[in-house]
Amino acid sequence: MLRYAVQRLLLTVPTLIGVAVLVFFVLRVVPGDVVEVKLRGDGGAVAQETIEAERKRLGLDRPLARQFVDWMVGLATLDLGTSMWTDRPVIDEIATRLELSLQVAIMATLVAVLIAIPMGTAAALLRDTWIDYVVRIVTIAGLAVPSFWLGMLIMIGLLTAFSWLPPITFTPLWKDPAANLAQLIWPAMAVGYRYAAVVARLVRSSLLEVLNEDYIRTARAKGVMERLVVGRHALRNALLPAITVIGLEFAFLIGGLVVTEQVFNLNGIGKLFVQSVSRNDFTLIQGMVMLIASFYVLVNLAVDMLYAVFDPRIRYR
Amino acid sequence: MTTIRWTLAGLAGAALALAGAASAQTPKRGGTLTFAVSAETPHYDCHGSDTYATLHFAAPFYSTLLRFDLPKYPAVTGDLAESWTVAPDLMTYSFKLNHGVTFHDGSEVTSADVKATYERLRNPPTGVVSTRKATFGDIDRIETPDSHSIVFRMKSVNTAMLEHFASPWNCIYSARVLAEDPAAPRTKIMGSGPFIFGEHVKGSHVSGTRNPKYFRQGQPYLDGFKGVFMLQAAAMMNALQGGQVLAEYRGISPAERDRLLQAMGDRIRIEESSWTLNLLVLFNTEKKPFDDVRVRRALNMALDRWGGSQGLSRISTLRSVGGVVRPGSPYATPEAELAKLPGYGKDIAKAREEARRLLREAGVPNLSFTLTNRNLAQPYTPAGVFLVDQWRQIGVTADHRQFETSPYLAAMSSGNFEVAIDFSNLFMDEPSLGLSKFVSFDRSPENRSRSIDRQLDSLFDQQVRERDVEKRKTLIRSFEQRLFEQSYQAPILWWHRIVASHKTVMGWEMSPSHNLGADLSRVWLNQ
Repeated sequence: MLRYAVQRLLLTVPTLIGVAVLVFFVLRVVPGDVVEVKLRGDGGAVAQETIEAERKRLGLDRPLARQFVDWMVGLATLDLGTSMWTDRPVIDEIATRLELSLQVAIMATLVAVLIAIPMGTAAALLRDTWIDYVVRIVTIAGLAVPSFWLGMLIMIGLLTAFSWLPPITFTPLWKDPAANLAQLIWPAMAVGYRYAAVVARLVRSSLLEVLNEDYIRTARAKGVMERLVVGRHALRNALLPAITVIGLEFAFLIGGLVVTEQVFNLNGIGKLFVQSVSRNDFTLIQGMVMLIASFYVLVNLAVDMLYAVFDPRIRYR
Repeated sequence: MTTIRWTLAGLAGAALALAGAASAQTPKRGGTLTFAVSAETPHYDCHGSDTYATLHFAAPFYSTLLRFDLPKYPAVTGDLAESWTVAPDLMTYSFKLNHGVTFHDGSEVTSADVKATYERLRNPPTGVVSTRKATFGDIDRIETPDSHSIVFRMKSVNTAMLEHFASPWNCIYSARVLAEDPAAPRTKIMGSGPFIFGEHVKGSHVSGTRNPKYFRQGQPYLDGFKGVFMLQAAAMMNALQGGQVLAEYRGISPAERDRLLQAMGDRIRIEESSWTLNLLVLFNTEKKPFDDVRVRRALNMALDRWGGSQGLSRISTLRSVGGVVRPGSPYATPEAELAKLPGYGKDIAKAREEARRLLREAGVPNLSFTLTNRNLAQPYTPAGVFLVDQWRQIGVTADHRQFETSPYLAAMSSGNFEVAIDFSNLFMDEPSLGLSKFVSFDRSPENRSRSIDRQLDSLFDQQVRERDVEKRKTLIRSFEQRLFEQSYQAPILWWHRIVASHKTVMGWEMSPSHNLGADLSRVWLNQ
């Protein structure tokens, strides 16, 4: 198991190097200039020499090869550089937002898992009953309704019904749990609903398929209790595709909640990503891409590990 | 629909009347003002910024030498300066500073700090960006006869100099801090303003607490403030309605104003003013057929600005028809004179007939081109749609393309466009500031039409040095006449500023610029 984990971990290195090279050169092809946006974006009459001075200060006047070498050397020493927009270390810019994004992703995943697995299981076991129909309607609605729109409905509902809105600035969970949850529970629910719908439908279809397998029939023929047949034999196998989806969705939530973050005025990674792109803040974009790529790689690794836990055949292969 | 408009106008009028009455009340001490800021500053250095986001963030922490007296705008008044004199030949400006003013670290503000600040503004050291270097290029030397006196000696006359000393961007920094690190103001705040810097949580908010040693007796009235960055208009409207933020000081759209008035009734105060911002249509004079004055003039003449202002003002922040100076401001061209200029005529049918004739004469009766625009909904998109429609009516086809700010600015700077919508953001009405955008490209890189016109340059230089107001107005009219005849670029419409705040917020002063009045020293909460 350890060897398997180490092998998987080593495979992440070339993946991340590839991402680093790609993102650096793709960004240099995109039109736009961080200095122009920063100094002239608001219509100011800024002299060309001022623009050139700022470009020099940021090192944008240096040859591309030199900039690339600096970026790769920095990456190797875990130094993501300094934001061209704010002059702050990229790592600090990301860290400020990561706590919030990570918490929303975890809370949304909890909401999704807690709803989706019982719902999907019930729908599969009680196929074509009213419970199954209700689950199917709820999950189709979840897939059809965009999270940001549900978020807007939640905000308008809270405002109209209670003349209350969640806090607009982030308070860490460890500082004031009530204020923290009052702010983040709503986006977690808005996002978690769609997420739950995806997972519930997958659990339902996967469980229906597994319940028709020979080994389930054999278990039942041997007189194994139905609770054990479903819990130990069927569900354990049926969850494998759901785990993959949960993992991918979790990684997506770290940087993909762009619109939802705006609806709830959340200071998250998604908003930072959009801002950095619109400002052509190369170093910050590079750092964000590396962060999200790392999350995808690590989540995939975790999913692979979980596969081994759920499916002994992978462990012993 | 008309009834609703009149009702809303009535409510706004009543709100303004109440605001006026309330301002006469005695200010109360205490409370924290939470307000929305619709953008976040890239850094803290006022000298190197041109965005209001820096001022709405940093102005409460700093003093300036002079400032605009907003109730008497465009008059200026002292901030750090207790008094001042201007030599009759406009070549010497002498200031006496207030005594007993201290920076937030306890050190006294002296003329050495003001000198260090202005030296940095006019001649920034390596690694420091001053976007006002050219503005203060007319200063020859700065003298400090004593610790509370400062004298600016000029190289040449600049009639706008006193207003430039009142610019909100000229935050006074400590000479000691600048000596240690000239770039320090980019990342550290240490001023002498009404509030002491609290925290800046990136992407979230800035906060400040009352400066107990602020030199103006009794001010500031607030215990502190919190400026929350809210980039999404809908989220900001919800927050205003829900009372999470009590104000937003840049400006909202007419639709947002109507929503707030409808939802909040007399709990919200709406203040309105024309705005020192305009959108311009500009033609790339280096590209054919826009190097032909007939084509540019035809496209300018096809615009029904008077009709457009009626429609666009209902759906966007665009409203006033004006020339190169903000309509209603001291140097603005009166409507009757404006209507005689190319592109401003009120007989649009006649103007369009002339436009078609000019296009035929230029050999491009069925002209088509790309209109480059910024992808911001307010007011760029409606302005772009308006232009496309206006040109369609003279048989011209414009392919309207909107870009993110970065590629948009890249295209504008590199000249990679045919026709574009540009913008002009001014902090005051002093004509030299706005007119510099139209001076020849080799003198003024912000002239994105890339035109070279020595006649305009000469008129610009003459008006900068002209001290007689009436003669200066005549020069500005001549400048405007020449500019619109050549039609390198021309304002489409000027913006209209609408500011919403809860009625509990008192003492804030409305002005035509969102860059002014951001220090919050006189703001108080009536609760």
